[in-house]
Amino acid sequence: MNLLAQLLNGLQYGLLLFLIASGLTLVFGVLGVINLAHGSLFMVGAYLAYVIAKTTGALWLALPAGLIGGIMLGAGLERFLFRHFYHREHLDQVLLTFALILLFEEGRSFLLGNDFHSVPVPALFDFSIPVAPGFSYSAYRFFVIGCCLALGAALYLWIERTRMGAIIRAAAEKPEMVDVIGIDARRVHMVVFAIGTALAVIAGALAAPLYSVYPGIGDGFLIISFVVVVIGGLGSVSGAFWSALLIGMVDTLGKAYMPAVAGLAIYVLMAAVLLVRPSGLFGQRA
Amino acid sequence: MSAALIDARDLHTYYDDSHILRGVSLRLRAGETVGLMGRNGMGKSTLIRTLMGLVKPRRGTILIDGRDMTGAATFRIARTGIAYVPEGRGIFASLRVAENLSIAARPGIDGSVAWDIPRVLQLFPRLAERIGNGGDQLSGGEQQMLAIARALVTNPRILILDEATEGLAPLIRDEIWHTIRLVRDSGIATLLVDKTVAEVTAVADRVMVLVKGETVFEGRPTALMADADRMHGWLGV
Ligand SMILES: Nc1ncnc2c1ncn2[C@@H]1O[C@H](COP(=O)(O)OP(=O)(O)OP(=O)(O)O)[C@@H](O)[C@H]1O
Ligand SMILES: [Mg+2]
Repeated sequence: MNLLAQLLNGLQYGLLLFLIASGLTLVFGVLGVINLAHGSLFMVGAYLAYVIAKTTGALWLALPAGLIGGIMLGAGLERFLFRHFYHREHLDQVLLTFALILLFEEGRSFLLGNDFHSVPVPALFDFSIPVAPGFSYSAYRFFVIGCCLALGAALYLWIERTRMGAIIRAAAEKPEMVDVIGIDARRVHMVVFAIGTALAVIAGALAAPLYSVYPGIGDGFLIISFVVVVIGGLGSVSGAFWSALLIGMVDTLGKAYMPAVAGLAIYVLMAAVLLVRPSGLFGQRA
Repeated sequence: MSAALIDARDLHTYYDDSHILRGVSLRLRAGETVGLMGRNGMGKSTLIRTLMGLVKPRRGTILIDGRDMTGAATFRIARTGIAYVPEGRGIFASLRVAENLSIAARPGIDGSVAWDIPRVLQLFPRLAERIGNGGDQLSGGEQQMLAIARALVTNPRILILDEATEGLAPLIRDEIWHTIRLVRDSGIATLLVDKTVAEVTAVADRVMVLVKGETVFEGRPTALMADADRMHGWLGV
């Protein structure tokens, strides 16, 4: 039964990583910017959940608030900051996004302090669901799995089946030609950044009851998400999905059964993938 | 004489320090077909890219419908009713044929939807057969057809074709030239870059020859052909 629990934990962790990594890889694929501050957006979501739970007691509000707030935050960041950096050197982009991390952390410290806070699981999901004889699993974790799958499916359909999604794929491939056919590529960039941000914020909100909230909560998730993005192939959303599941499983099972080496396992995996297939394991495009 | 759709004057364009366009002017009137000729590297594509706002001229002005569009964003220039098929075709390989068309389709600035997707598929039946294929699964000729079809569904007033027949099999070239005539006869103004002198002079109302970023000839095709010696010097044919 322990194995089943670990497999479910791995699935849940992997899917959460996918929400973060999908925005990271999408923003890289379409805008060409590696956003180091993506983890800070996750942190914003986690603290948003904490504040909402504490002030209203209705944690579910964090999801619509995260969606709307994330879209607005992302659109604003793109419009007033990132837009001016697409044609700058990579070092400038790194400095910009690194400065943003510091700003977000300082802002969090100033507004909410530096303490750990646990966020209670919403009452609605505060029970366990029997899965097998003698084994039951947290309803909230099932809820997180369901949310991530639903958002992942929505993202997939949006990118693969809608006109906007086709424009986004076109912009990732030949941005200049998108303008040539009369579409304002800047608007496309704004939409992509807004959606990527909203996904990270929602991931943070979903994660808050599972991991508590604390300073730097985004850092660890950011680093693992980079591993996910690299293994999945830079810019590939479907690649990020399979890669996130793989990393989620390897990391979770590793920590459960081989704790001595688990911390290293995913980095060794990444190095091995980069050696054998530098373009990543999965999918070649968004 | 009707007012010019495009009236570009004294354009000077640079790539870094190299001075590519050296004072080129170009007028294109409604319904007119202009052939832009010149040997490799003379600045034909650069002139077109300057008109489209993809590179900014360091000097000179570009008027579209009499309005100053110098330095305007490319999508705004396109939205005045200019469709551009670049060298290399520029189709989206990661999109299906249908998507390549549907993201571009829009009414013209006069609201006209004469060129819709069914009509371009009728024009290029091979694309209709390939409608569900990815852009990366097309032959060179099919890619060129798709690029032209994608330009037409924007219902342009002006179609700019840069080397639309380059590297294609003779049968496909004929089909493209046939299409170019059809487009011309439908009243769309065309700016045409091509190296096949016989074909360009046959369809164009007017031709322009560029040598090293300067206009050395502008006039009727017959006038160019009449001066065979100089034409050979400029075009190497
Ligand atoms: N992006 C660029 N950066 C620097 N120089 C360039 C660039 N693009 C073109 N050039 C140079 O500018 C000059 C004009 O090039 P352009 O592509 O406009 O010529 P062209 O007349 O279209 O030639 P072709 O018939 O080969 O297409 C050439 O000398 C070319 O090497
Ligand atoms: Mg050229």
